[in-house]
Amino acid sequence: MNESLKREHDIIKVCLLAGKIMLQSGAETYRVEDTMMRIAASFGVTNSHSYMTPTGIIFSVEEPQHITRLIRISDRTTNLDKIEKVNSVSRRVSLGQLTIEEAYQALQQIEQEPPIYPNWLLILLSAVASGCFLIMFRGIWADFLPAAVAGGLGFTCFVVMHQVIPVRFFAEFSGALVIGIVSVWLVNLGIGQELDTIIISSVMPLVPGLLITNAIRDLMAGHLISGLSKGAEAFVTSFAIGAGVAFTLSF
Amino acid sequence: MVGFYIQQLVTSFIASAAFGMIFNAPRKALLQCGFAGMVGWLLYILLQDMAVKPVTATVVAAFCVTMISHFFAKKYKTPIIVFSVSGIIPLVPGGVAYNALRHVAENQFDQAVQLGAQAFMISGAIALGLLLSEVINQVIRKWSVTR
Repeated sequence: MNESLKREHDIIKVCLLAGKIMLQSGAETYRVEDTMMRIAASFGVTNSHSYMTPTGIIFSVEEPQHITRLIRISDRTTNLDKIEKVNSVSRRVSLGQLTIEEAYQALQQIEQEPPIYPNWLLILLSAVASGCFLIMFRGIWADFLPAAVAGGLGFTCFVVMHQVIPVRFFAEFSGALVIGIVSVWLVNLGIGQELDTIIISSVMPLVPGLLITNAIRDLMAGHLISGLSKGAEAFVTSFAIGAGVAFTLSF
Repeated sequence: MVGFYIQQLVTSFIASAAFGMIFNAPRKALLQCGFAGMVGWLLYILLQDMAVKPVTATVVAAFCVTMISHFFAKKYKTPIIVFSVSGIIPLVPGGVAYNALRHVAENQFDQAVQLGAQAFMISGAIALGLLLSEVINQVIRKWSVTR
């Protein structure tokens, strides 16, 4: 393999890794495409194309040889910290502070990083957030604790199930199921009062708010395939949550 | 009345910051996340109390959240999504979507379609607010470059 061809392959490798991390962390479509082309341009490849959907990235470099590579994305979460870190790597690359090798190593390090907050903290936070949402939705303070308990337990169930069975739909369904059961139970015990408000505020940590908004935004920006598939993902998630809650309420 | 708004301020700040952490936002950005969410939600509540339609109130609130996020993004050299996501979350029509699906489960499809359409409209309103502020930001950027 000659030198320039190897260099080009390395550049594509860096770009695809950056794109992969960002896409898996929930970055916007245009930002991923933009970052990849920017990194390529800073390494001297000005004629590149990237095409992105939520389930895969195609990246192509035109000259001197025509090289195209594809990467498949199967699991997506929201990790804003990683998006920020990849962004700063791309910034340093365009300032000329990093070589191809260094950039690749930095990105690999970012990819392997565990989430910055431990699971117990996330569960606690989702409980607090559920309680706060209850007040924001004009609920009464007496329901703060029931909503926090239901939200916390539901999120715990979601996290545990997601680790045991890697089917997102099922994890969301069971999380919502737990929320429904706990809320109904607390209201029957007389601890909680407004069932609907409690359920709405405790499902908020599971609701695909980011996806719904991003889907419509992508559609408006002309990323039709991304928009539709994110919309489909959001619909599946809402359906899982709705089904879980409805299942309990139907008894 | 003032007490009500103070409650709303505090809870929306905590909820938005907590959401920032659930989404793994960097530690140094959490206060800003909470602030963006707080301003957006306060606007939304105030407009609702002035009997403005939910869709309009959502457009205005989402617009302001994104403007604030743009400001933070520029100041801290951080992707805008870090701030805007946690700020937008309180505006998301989770309650309406839940109600729609609940009516589906109860076989009341007329209600369900109505609520579903409303949830779709509000999501559209959020996206419109985001888009408007992006357009305005680009105009400002172009204007300041040409000058």
